[in-house]
Order: sequence, then structure tokens, then C-alpha cells
Amino acid sequence: MTVEEIATLVQGEIIGGEEYKDRQVEKIFASDLMSDVLTLKDYDNLMLVTGLCNMQSIRTCEMADIQMLLVVRGKVVTPEMLELAEENEMIVVRTDFSLYKTAGILYGTGIPPVY
Amino acid sequence: MDFTYHVEGGDFTNAGSTSSEVKRMLKKLGVSPDIVKKTVVALYEAEVNIVAHAYRGDISVDLENDKVRIVLADEGPGIPNIEWAMQKGNSTASPKVREMGFGAGMGLPNIKNNSDELNIQSEVGKGTTIELVNYFNK
Repeated sequence: MTVEEIATLVQGEIIGGEEYKDRQVEKIFASDLMSDVLTLKDYDNLMLVTGLCNMQSIRTCEMADIQMLLVVRGKVVTPEMLELAEENEMIVVRTDFSLYKTAGILYGTGIPPVY
Repeated sequence: MDFTYHVEGGDFTNAGSTSSEVKRMLKKLGVSPDIVKKTVVALYEAEVNIVAHAYRGDISVDLENDKVRIVLADEGPGIPNIEWAMQKGNSTASPKVREMGFGAGMGLPNIKNNSDELNIQSEVGKGTTIELVNYFNK
């Protein structure tokens, strides 16, 4: 499933890196704890779904080689965050849905979790 | 090649900028993506620890033919019990640190998991020095 299709499913909008909207999402991880994200192993084309919305959510993606980010609960992504995301060739999507609702919708598509 | 970077305690906006520079450097040198990732994950956790717990610190990166050696030396409160701090879930992080998505007591164990060699020395009231080494051919 592409990032664009996922954005549609969660009634979200792509707010950064629109040129990467056709990227395929192979696995999804949902967490507000960046330490958990940094422990993940053995994945490619992973999307992170999080309600944590600050510079460290982007930095964590950078370090963990995650280039697809879905921010939930209607959090405001700042221009500085989008700039850092752009430097790292990331696509950023936002939705007003909660983490639970978003995760439920995405799990229902059959996209597997990391574990 | 040796590089040194300065990190200020409490500067959460820039936390990770050193890790970012080191990542770019390792990629440019053609280090394999797996080694780059484990190195910068360990470094990033350690850099966030300086920002979260110390007053200031210096990060030295020494690139050799077969390995990268990173030393993070901070001035700060130090770690009273390293063995306790190395156990998953143990943390003295402030609410501010937790708001940033860290402080769950996973940083030091994760640094260990992503380092081929790890040495931690700490003196209460003075600071902590972490040395981590990753080999390129592993």
C-alpha cells in the first residue's frame, strides 16, 4: 500500500515530501516512545505512526532509517520539523484521528507490524 | 580522522545534530548501512543522554580504517550506579525528557546493543564518559 493510499484511509493530508507519496509501506510501527523505535531491527520501508510531535520524532526517524511518518491526534508539525524531514527525504502525513483509531484502520489493511 | 563536537545540556532542539553529522560522514565514506545505523542509534541515544542529564559535553569521533571510536565525555551529575542504570526500565529522567519521547530507561541498554565495545565510566558530581567502538567488517 502506498503512503498516499494510507493518507486517504485515515482522512489525513500529506504535509511534507509529497514527491514520495508512491512509496510502498511494508510494515508499520506505532509508538510515542522514541526509545522503543530505536530498538527496532530488521525492517525496510517502515512507516512510523506517532502522536509525539517534536524535533526528536524526526531525528529518531533519521537515525532509524525511517522515511515515512504519520503524525496522529491532529498535532501541529512545525516548519523546522518539516525542513529536517525534507533534508532526510521523508514524507510526512498528519491526521486528526487518534493513535488507536489510526492503528486499527491500518492493521485492518493487512500491513504487518514489526513484531 | 578525528572530529569533535560540543553538546549543551538541555538543548533539546539540537539534540541529535551531532549524530546526524556523523551519519552523513559514515555514509559518505561508504560504511555499510547496517553499521551506520547501529552506530548512529547508539550515538544518538548517548547524545540525548548528555542533553537530558548533563550540563554540557564533548563528542569525539575517531575514524580508523576498520572501525569508528566515539567518546562522549560530559560534565554533569554522573551515574551513581552504572549497573542499575544499565537495566531496562531504570531511569532518573525528568518529565521534560519523557515529553521528548525518551527517559524510559532504555537508552543505555540500547547503546550496549548497538555497540561492539562499550565502556562507561562515571564519577558522581563530575560527569560521565562513554566510549563506544563499532567495527566496519562485522
